[in-house]
Amino acid sequence: MSKYLLNKFLYTIDRDPDLVERYRADPAGTVAWWETEQANLILNCPGGERSTWLKFTDDERAALASHDYVKLFELGAHNFLTLTLFIALFERDYPEPLGFQREYAQQLSHWTVPYPDIST
Amino acid sequence: MATVAAVIASTHHPFYYRASTSAGADRPPFADEWVAKIEAFRETLTRARPDVLVMVGSDHFHQLWLDNMPQFLVGKAPCYDGNFYNEEREFGLPRMFLPGHEELSGYLLREGIDAGFDLAFSNELRIDHSITCPLITLRPEADLPIVPIYTNIFAPPMPQPRRFVQLGQVIRQLVESWPSDQRVAIIGTGHLSLELGGPRQFGPHGPDPEFDRKAVSWIASGDLDSALAEVSLDSLWAPGNATHGFMDFMLMMGAAGANVKADYTDSLDLFHTMEAYFTWYPNGAGAP
Repeated sequence: MSKYLLNKFLYTIDRDPDLVERYRADPAGTVAWWETEQANLILNCPGGERSTWLKFTDDERAALASHDYVKLFELGAHNFLTLTLFIALFERDYPEPLGFQREYAQQLSHWTVPYPDIST
Repeated sequence: MATVAAVIASTHHPFYYRASTSAGADRPPFADEWVAKIEAFRETLTRARPDVLVMVGSDHFHQLWLDNMPQFLVGKAPCYDGNFYNEEREFGLPRMFLPGHEELSGYLLREGIDAGFDLAFSNELRIDHSITCPLITLRPEADLPIVPIYTNIFAPPMPQPRRFVQLGQVIRQLVESWPSDQRVAIIGTGHLSLELGGPRQFGPHGPDPEFDRKAVSWIASGDLDSALAEVSLDSLWAPGNATHGFMDFMLMMGAAGANVKADYTDSLDLFHTMEAYFTWYPNGAGAP
């Protein structure tokens, strides 16, 4: 389990408009590039001071590579990060206001509290 | 000593700016009622004639991140830029620029640390919609210096609810002991029941109207005993998975004082979450 790294992916993609579009167009390629090149960057340190140990589990990598927000919820990714990024990715495909957000809720409707733990 | 001109607590709804500035077919049907309520609420701050605003909110994973997460943080900078790209993208929020008040920031940090809160600080802080939304609603001129205070209501492990209450009490005491003739408004925003990124999100009303009804009653009457008896870090998951933002309301109840009834209370049952607005005038100066 590397909930922290899932969150780090969602966070670093969401804050960069070019990466949002890249992840929308090519999820598997973006995840592979990000895990190789970006996952171990410490955000407030120069690139030479990177970490050496962060990687996704197979489940996590597959969920990100398939835009599977239901699976991300189940893996304990932070609910706010997943929602915010996925609104940026897919809200545009729904003609009515909040259409994607309501579809998102529907896809998770088999869940009741307690939800998966988001603690990191 | 400084005067606490007003204590103000509210929800911060990022959709307000777009709803209130849209026109024609883009203007949602609830916009006019919402704007009327906000303008009445704004008057409660205007009437208090503040010189400085202490603004309590919570960074939504913008500048503060899981590799270095403070529980309570005070901004101490001459200026603050406001709002982030993803808030422009999702909510249409404008970029903002606010003057800071380094002297009061420094006083709250030094005295707060000495009073038992090991506060983190930031000398370069970009503030997000938890602070810019109440500025848009309460002081859209954005002309007064601010002291931003961030709390962690977002990333477990979080501080206990009673620590939020205690921090509110300490902020109130410190403002009252600040050697200054300024009039200070203490403003904080949080949430009632709220679900984000879960199955109960964006419903026809907030995810737990019964919690909202109780919460509004606790805040309006200053009933800290009931709030502290019923609210825990574990219990707050039940009304909605983003309801820990209620702890910022509890902080403001601490600032307002136990069993002190709000001088102004209003609410609006909006789709997806309930809006709520409270103002206290500790010195009666602005009381209607």
